[in-house]
Amino acid sequence: MSLPPPEPAIVVEHLTKTFAGMVAVNDISFTVGKGEIIGFLGPNGAGKSTTMRILTGYLPATSGKVTLCGFPITTRPDEVKRRIGYMPENNPLPEDMRVSEYLYFRGRLKEIPRRKLGPRIDEVLELCDLKRVRHKIIGKLSKGFRQRVGIAEAILAEPPVIIMDEPTIGLDPHQILIVRDLIASLRGRMAVLISSHILPEIEMTCDRVLIINQGRVVAQGTPAALRREILGGSTYELEVAGEAGALAAVLAGFDPPLRATREGEPDAAGFRAVTLAADRDEELGEPLLRALLARGLRVRGLSRGHPTLEDVFLAATRRSWDAVLPPAPRPAPAAPTGKVA
Amino acid sequence: MKHFFTILSHEIRMLLVSPSTYLAAVLFLAMMGFVFTGILDIYSQAPQEISPGSVFFQYFWLPVLFMVPLLTMKSLAEERRLGTMETLLTTPVTTSEVVLGKYGAAYALYVGLWASTGGFFYILKKFAGGVRVFDPWPLVGGYLFIAVSGLFFIAVGILASSLARNQAVAGILCFSMLFALIFGSWYLGNAAWLKAEDLHALRTAVNYGQIFRHYEDFTRGVVDLRQLLFYLSGTVLALIFSILSVEAKLLHG
Repeated sequence: MSLPPPEPAIVVEHLTKTFAGMVAVNDISFTVGKGEIIGFLGPNGAGKSTTMRILTGYLPATSGKVTLCGFPITTRPDEVKRRIGYMPENNPLPEDMRVSEYLYFRGRLKEIPRRKLGPRIDEVLELCDLKRVRHKIIGKLSKGFRQRVGIAEAILAEPPVIIMDEPTIGLDPHQILIVRDLIASLRGRMAVLISSHILPEIEMTCDRVLIINQGRVVAQGTPAALRREILGGSTYELEVAGEAGALAAVLAGFDPPLRATREGEPDAAGFRAVTLAADRDEELGEPLLRALLARGLRVRGLSRGHPTLEDVFLAATRRSWDAVLPPAPRPAPAAPTGKVA
Repeated sequence: MKHFFTILSHEIRMLLVSPSTYLAAVLFLAMMGFVFTGILDIYSQAPQEISPGSVFFQYFWLPVLFMVPLLTMKSLAEERRLGTMETLLTTPVTTSEVVLGKYGAAYALYVGLWASTGGFFYILKKFAGGVRVFDPWPLVGGYLFIAVSGLFFIAVGILASSLARNQAVAGILCFSMLFALIFGSWYLGNAAWLKAEDLHALRTAVNYGQIFRHYEDFTRGVVDLRQLLFYLSGTVLALIFSILSVEAKLLHG
């Protein structure tokens, strides 16, 4: 395979797809750099699979432009397909072939020379931990093995772009770990676009996240940037004993002020749990602790809340629904509080 | 057409390792064996005017109606049902290569099965002693007819498979289309209302497409270019429609 030109791996500009008048993908634009791992998130029916199918050249777009490794998908579909490893949703596989036979057949279709194909198949079987089942019939394999056959097939030709639609669905935690390591090992060599519903997975594996809802991109960036952008500010969990008025005074002393969003009842020792929210993202832990102690309040615990990608996802998709639904008289919902790590 | 041979050899391989192929082959040979022994019975009782070879091929429609749907119904319908069409078409393979590869494999098996009936005649020749029992040329004509008409019949099967998602529906559709093609033209050719003077052009067209008449001509040693053209144009048309059908289903989901 010739070296791809030095453009970004995937460039999507104003992509729109309609099915019989229904808009599935609505004016999506994004870029994936070389060797970058991108998580593609969205509720069911958001247009993730449709977008991925358009990127692979399987479905034609209604309008917009997709360039893959510098090749426009409409005029050079062959070049694009040579540079893609694709694992569709539900991972369809032929039932009556052996694993190694299937990989050999796919390798030939992907134009891997015969003499390289044998060693390469051994390599991907090893990578995906499939050596034990290489002579088994695919129809008789368990779900976990089938998923890994799909992944092995996607990386077989070492394409510069890999697109996987829910690769970890149906895997047990041990297998998810293997798949996660496998995907992480592709970083820097191949651009990977993964859609998943398992958000911690995405957060751990991906460099950047793209959230789409109702066919539009509602947020994109690194998980940390998204947290700042979507949720804004930070939260703290505090266990404190002392006068209620003193705590309020300390909180008001910060600029902008910290708010107590939730306050528990005092326990036997007089400590109560308080959740604090700040509009800024910077670290306030230490000054807060100093101020509390200076006021004579007793502190048993202080920790910063770590909103998960799930919070970001829920907030981003909710926000986009509010924006898309025609009458929106209600105010934008407050950012959800983060969970304590 | 770089991938045509990859798909063709893969499909032939999959047919050869599939037990259903052997089952179909046994059924086919058993059926044709019965036909053959039936013919021999008749010939042993009284002398007949026509060669047993040409009588044997008179029953060509029997395996065509049952074997062609069995051989082709799985090809595209199963790929679509399993969703493997998506993985296949996201490799640098064109729809035409997929359709032609599957068509080629089904046709090779069809011709292979018919060629194996040559064994019947070989045994007859060996044990009946001498060539005088039958003339080999109607046999050659008969096999040529099978090979040429098979091109069209298998293409019809592939077209039926490209239209349906379900194998059984594809099989029934193929059976119906072949039935209409073989017996429909025969029925129309004998219809009284077509004999009216005004319908002369239509009658000529129906007569041109009479598959039973083609068979008679071939076994008599008459290879008419118009008949060859009928099968070839039918094949090309059915394959083009199959390719369009696969692509249309991509566009409309």
